[in-house]
Amino acid sequence: MTAIHKTLCKRGLLGLMACGMCFTVLASEYERRVDLLDAYKQECSACHTAYSPAMLGGASWQRIMSGLDRHYGVDASLDAKTLTEVSRWLQGHAGTSRKVSVAPPEDRITRFAWFEREHRKVPDAVWKRASVRGPAQCAACHTRADQGDYDEDHVRIPR
Amino acid sequence: MNIKSYVLWACLASVSALTHASDPMAQLHRWEVAAGQAGVVARGELFFNSTHGGDWSCASCHGQSPVQAGKHASTGKTIEPLAPAANPKRLTDDAKVDKWFRRNCKDVLARECTAIEKADVLAYLVGVKK
Repeated sequence: MTAIHKTLCKRGLLGLMACGMCFTVLASEYERRVDLLDAYKQECSACHTAYSPAMLGGASWQRIMSGLDRHYGVDASLDAKTLTEVSRWLQGHAGTSRKVSVAPPEDRITRFAWFEREHRKVPDAVWKRASVRGPAQCAACHTRADQGDYDEDHVRIPR
Repeated sequence: MNIKSYVLWACLASVSALTHASDPMAQLHRWEVAAGQAGVVARGELFFNSTHGGDWSCASCHGQSPVQAGKHASTGKTIEPLAPAANPKRLTDDAKVDKWFRRNCKDVLARECTAIEKADVLAYLVGVKK
């Protein structure tokens, strides 16, 4: 986001259109497609989507990486060298946008207010499908999630 | 084979030995040596499919048939087959084998597995046919 955008946003001088632009800028930063670190891809995507590092702020990643032996109910501990390498990379690529400035409950991406808002039209029955299994499985519907692409055009909800 | 290609082959073989270090039989042997006894296939199969007093077994994520893909019990992500007969990349790297035994045993048994438990499971996995 440019300084001009920030100033305009802060002063509340934007009309609906400009706010739309602001949101687009935020969204593009959030969905910034970075080349994922090999160790990050290998270790994290063994069990789940390799979430884009910009989806959480640095403090959330720090908490997650320091509690990998109790990682959302699973032991995901790493050797010291890999832990340092992945942690450092996450800090360097963590989100900085307003969208992630307040950590979500339990540092879960799926608990951000914006996440719930964006997915509000998804019926409970869809989340419960065996082919989806809840909101943490980005790739179940976002067919290009592994490339950091969450564009609505590439959403295919499985049966 | 001339001397140059022999040297190249030897270099490649040693690099490969350094990075992969192992094959499934060597993994089994490593844990049999540590346990001081041979792994038992039937015991390994029973261990693989038991929940050991908790919620999960190995099969909860790897599936009841290790020659087929499994599904992660909490995330639903596909897990490639664990048996070398179906997935030659499996059990070829000491560090990976140690890492996953450490993590997964804690998830299933709330403790690390013993050497003989690992030898049993490896005997089962190495022996299972497609």
